[in-house]
Amino acid sequence: MKAVCWQGTHNIQVETVPDPKILNPRDAIIKVTSTAICGSDLHLYNGYNPTMKKGDILGHEFMGEVVELGSAVKNVQIGDRVVVPFTISCGSCFFCNRELSSLCDNSNPNAWMVEKVMGHSPSGLFGYSHLTGGYAGGQAEYARVPFADVGLFKIPDGLTDEQVVFLTDIFPTGYMAAENCQIQPGDTVAIWGCGPVGQFAIRSAFLLGADRVIAIDRVPERLQMAKDGGAEILNFEEIEVGDALKEMTGGRGPDAVMDAVGMEAHGMGLEGFYDQAMQKVGMESDRPNVLRQAIVACRKGGTVSVPGVYTGFVDKMPMGAFMNKGLTMKTGQTHVHKYLHTLLNHVQDGKIDPTFVISHRMSLDDAPHGYQIFKDKKDSCIKIVLKP
Amino acid sequence: MELQSNSTTDPKNNQPENLSDTERWGSLLTGSALVLTGLSQRSLRGVLLAIAGGGLAYHGAAGQKSLQDTVTEAAGLNQRIRVEKTVTIQNKSPEELYRVWRDFENLPTFMRHLKSVTVLDDRRSHWVANAPLGASVEWDAEIITDQENQLIAWASVAGADVDNSGFVRFQSARADRGTEVKVVIEYSPPGGGLTAAIAKLFGEEPEQQIGDDLSRFKMLMETGEIATTEGQPTGHH
Ligand SMILES: NC(=O)c1ccc[n+]([C@@H]2O[C@H](COP(=O)([O-])OP(=O)(O)OC[C@H]3O[C@@H](n4cnc5c(N)ncnc54)[C@H](O)[C@@H]3O)[C@@H](O)[C@H]2O)c1
Ligand SMILES: [Zn+2]
Ligand SMILES: [Zn+2]
Repeated sequence: MKAVCWQGTHNIQVETVPDPKILNPRDAIIKVTSTAICGSDLHLYNGYNPTMKKGDILGHEFMGEVVELGSAVKNVQIGDRVVVPFTISCGSCFFCNRELSSLCDNSNPNAWMVEKVMGHSPSGLFGYSHLTGGYAGGQAEYARVPFADVGLFKIPDGLTDEQVVFLTDIFPTGYMAAENCQIQPGDTVAIWGCGPVGQFAIRSAFLLGADRVIAIDRVPERLQMAKDGGAEILNFEEIEVGDALKEMTGGRGPDAVMDAVGMEAHGMGLEGFYDQAMQKVGMESDRPNVLRQAIVACRKGGTVSVPGVYTGFVDKMPMGAFMNKGLTMKTGQTHVHKYLHTLLNHVQDGKIDPTFVISHRMSLDDAPHGYQIFKDKKDSCIKIVLKP
Repeated sequence: MELQSNSTTDPKNNQPENLSDTERWGSLLTGSALVLTGLSQRSLRGVLLAIAGGGLAYHGAAGQKSLQDTVTEAAGLNQRIRVEKTVTIQNKSPEELYRVWRDFENLPTFMRHLKSVTVLDDRRSHWVANAPLGASVEWDAEIITDQENQLIAWASVAGADVDNSGFVRFQSARADRGTEVKVVIEYSPPGGGLTAAIAKLFGEEPEQQIGDDLSRFKMLMETGEIATTEGQPTGHH
């Protein structure tokens, strides 16, 4: 089959590889019909994950048709049309029992690698480095899904791929990030990053009752899309974000702040230079400009929600502001399984049409070009769906 | 802590090291102590035998140090490799887990370094483990203590390629939160020279090896299978 393979920093290739096989009784094989490129894939593309290996198959946002089932999968049929959460969960451990599927104990065969750094390991993830299991991803013609009896969600007839493919990650991610803002009536939420995750977070914040959303980025078409979603917008290259937020909220600050950017945040001035330099020499693995800014901007007693991905260490965290202002931080890889049904209902009920975020549709063969324009934000690229 | 420092008859000072160690080991086995780390340098085998009350074929190992032991210890050669690991397993009782483990022939399913275990009789079993370069090491083990549904302790008998001993303890976690499984395993090279060989056998990191074994046991018990990517496709590398 054809698959999108990582071959090094800024080097991905579409290769012919063997078809996946059933390896465990609870596995299924999916014929992929749609798969997307995620901002998380860019961290791998940009070489920020040292546990990538040449030949690794990328992709964690995919859906398709069931073509083969392991002997223990009884609740799905061959031919079913399904979406696949990017977090791999066993469905029966302490964490899965509590609907914390991205914290599953049993799906990361390389848990030891993570335990060394983080103490404990999160769940396995598709196509997301050997740190999270080294599972072959879904930017391919076929993909193997472990624990398929809990990792496949049937899609009702009448919904297109493009309406449901983002249920695999970015819609639940934006939604959980908004839920993590602990929104109360009348609340203002400030969201850094108007990528696909930020876009879904904006719309989810309104679904969850936010009075006002202020969205921050610098890419014009992304800011425009945020505005279309009902947000007020700030361009961080044109305005000092902290001051602006304070002015816009009567001096009090946003009730909740969200970092939907993560470890490759674009920094301004001396601070941005410092973090770039530290990251280059390996003194700091992640650049936390947005996190710092968000903590300082947040109102006293407010909430900091962090869907943006970090993998290692950050420097100069404003812990004083965080502690003395009595803030709460909520974060994590998304517990996709928990949100999938609710959000599928929202799509069916027409409360949201997730296709708004798609800027490009391509064949699998064009993936290398897709990664490049998505990274460089060229050609007004916001979200790419690949059709194998 | 305060009580101890006020006391003029601190048991630590007045009792022979071995005895208090044995007590502490004993409380670990019965489950009243939770953590092994920091315990004595005394061998696990000796403690297990002392607790079992002797009467086994290889008495001598329990108590006094031989001259050779003393020499290798003084030279710093006898770096015993001792590993302690615990996992908590959901929705399985100590009884269920004990039963799986008590059939030693199940162990190679989740202990990757084991090629096979053959049960010879109720107490004895024959173990074969992978060694580097396709070689293998073998030993016979004997069960020292078997407390149904709670504890199994074993040790290799004389003539083992690698002298080793260990125990596994099954205990209900507090507040109905599953079953805690603690494994302690110790490899004791007889003359020191084997330390490097053992380290190699376990890929330098026996701690990680046992930890992974235990994670796989947990996967198998909680999900019915062991998560893997072996055999999946990749591009060229
Ligand atoms: N928690 C999860 O489970 C989960 C799931 C998916 C994605 N993510 C993470 O969410 C983050 C965003 O994902 P995405 O797909 O939207 O990525 P993206 O790269 O398309 O979007 C990031 C956006 O942040 C903007 N940005 C950069 N620096 C900024 C700054 N200083 N201030 C404001 N905006 C800034 C960029 O211009 C860009 O539009 C990534 O870190 C991704 O890894 C997390
Ligand atoms: Zn993603
Ligand atoms: Zn689980």
